[in-house]
Amino acid sequence: MRTPAFILILTAVAAALYFAFNFVGNDYLFFAGYTVLQYIVLASAWNILGGYCGYVNFGSAGFFAIGVYTTVFFYAVGQAPEDVFPEFLLAPMQFIFPLPLPILIVIAGAVAGLVGLGMGYLTLRLRGVFFAIATLALSVVLETFIVNWSFVGGSRGAYVIPPNEVPIFGHFIQFLFALMLVLVIVALTTARLIERSKLGVGFATIRDDELAAEASGVPTLRLKLVATVVSGALMGMAGAPFPYYIGYIEPGSAFNLSYAVNSIAMPMIGGTTSWLGPLVGALLLGTLQQVATVTISSAVNLLIVGLLLIFFVIIAPRGIVGLVQDWMRKKTKGEKS
Amino acid sequence: MEFDLLINAIIAGLMLGGFYAAVTAGISISFGMLDIVNIAHPGFIILGSYIAYIVNAHFGVDPIVIAILALPAFYALGSLIYQVYYQSFEKHGQDSLRGLAFFFGLLFVTEVSLNLVFGVDYRSVDVPYIGGSLSIGAMEFPVRMLVPCLVSLAMFGGLQLFMSRTFIGRAVMAVSQDPPALQLMAVDPIRIKRIAFSISIATASMAGAFLIIIQPVIPSAGREYIGRVFAICVLGGLGSLPGTLIAALMIGVIESITATFYGPSWAPAVSFGLLLLTLAVRPSGLFGR
Repeated sequence: MRTPAFILILTAVAAALYFAFNFVGNDYLFFAGYTVLQYIVLASAWNILGGYCGYVNFGSAGFFAIGVYTTVFFYAVGQAPEDVFPEFLLAPMQFIFPLPLPILIVIAGAVAGLVGLGMGYLTLRLRGVFFAIATLALSVVLETFIVNWSFVGGSRGAYVIPPNEVPIFGHFIQFLFALMLVLVIVALTTARLIERSKLGVGFATIRDDELAAEASGVPTLRLKLVATVVSGALMGMAGAPFPYYIGYIEPGSAFNLSYAVNSIAMPMIGGTTSWLGPLVGALLLGTLQQVATVTISSAVNLLIVGLLLIFFVIIAPRGIVGLVQDWMRKKTKGEKS
Repeated sequence: MEFDLLINAIIAGLMLGGFYAAVTAGISISFGMLDIVNIAHPGFIILGSYIAYIVNAHFGVDPIVIAILALPAFYALGSLIYQVYYQSFEKHGQDSLRGLAFFFGLLFVTEVSLNLVFGVDYRSVDVPYIGGSLSIGAMEFPVRMLVPCLVSLAMFGGLQLFMSRTFIGRAVMAVSQDPPALQLMAVDPIRIKRIAFSISIATASMAGAFLIIIQPVIPSAGREYIGRVFAICVLGGLGSLPGTLIAALMIGVIESITATFYGPSWAPAVSFGLLLLTLAVRPSGLFGR
């Protein structure tokens, strides 16, 4: 399938979903759906580095939080521009602020991508394990900075009040939901494009045998940097709308470990070799968590995620997509004989 | 006065470092010597803290005594985990990616389970010496820091003796360098690795008891130790116990000085920042070969 056709189909599905939710008319659907969509973006982003290159990123929460706090920062600037800008800039700034959310998402992507680049530059020359530990460390360093930075709320947290109504979309949550749908399309298309390009082949050689790849002339460091930047940027973009979604943000919720766990567990459970895996994993696990949160408790749903992750890495290393592929192959073989 | 403050910060840092050494000992063995990236280790330390908490709350036994009694249980837990890890990952020569995810899942499950059972409140133990303090001149030695530090140093010395003097200890050092050669000496590398990994988990029991003597514990407390222990382990040169001890004391002192002069909220960033710096500049650590 050509990429334009792929995008067209995704858009059609997204539009159908949006109108179906709108038709049901229950706001809770949008709230729950938003969370699942957010996980699809996070899982796809993680998979670009983790699944394609084989570099485990434990710092997803950090990149997500970069997106979150980019929005909080610009929101805070918009609230009190006289504290930040000199007098003569105030008038033009009144035009610019508050920045519209789509622009914030792009800025958040750029910031998170830059952090990804720096991170990769520092650690990617080492073995993969060190990269994984360093990403975990990065997330804590970032959290410490945010806790000590009172302009964005520090440890007290900050309120971000969303506007009540948005033209065309109506209720604000519907606008957020639509934005997330667009981000999902962007993330899935990016992942699929990478997978089918020379870049994806390069990534696969790194995953399978970095030394051999290097020896055959694959520019491994450069490729890995591309992967960290793309993956980090997508995670940052997923985080940018979050303050508007949640209304009140503090470091503990922005850097929540469950983002890191989920963005690892979802691709691992779905399957890490293609764009389909994170999508399947996130849809399944995300929906399951929403249901479990409502019916049992949020602590139990996290326990389920952890147990599923352990179960899948031991029993089904290629995830659900791998299981289905094996099953299909067996079936066609059976028919032939 | 400033000088007194500095001296006391250094003393507190050294005692903190002694405690960090106990926390890192397990990682130094599993990650440094066996190449098993056990990021779930801090989770087991918290588990140790909670065991000390329950027994202490019911029977009033000293946490350190409890930890020593719990050693066999932790050793068995370690054997079990290694068996699963070996069967599902190491045997097939799989890349460490899945092993990492496995331990990450384990860390998460431990934390969430403790959360479910005990809730998110801070828990602490009740020991007579917790409030006390020795002072020599202007120097203050809070007993609740001093006891864990001394026991930790004793444990560290014991481990070092075990590793350098006994047959099994030497075999552990050997298995980190050349498993086939070990096999030629009629030693089963898998068995040696299992023993070493079990010992590494057993140290978590002790470290857990120290932790809950030093400060109240919540289930998520393990996370902030992940970066710290790996920072110490890498800084000390992977798999070198004396190096680990020196690095632990260093990090303890630096953190304590940061906390005293810049405020405690900056302290966590210190070790993580040092870790990033070490990884970027000298990944073999200060004392690495």
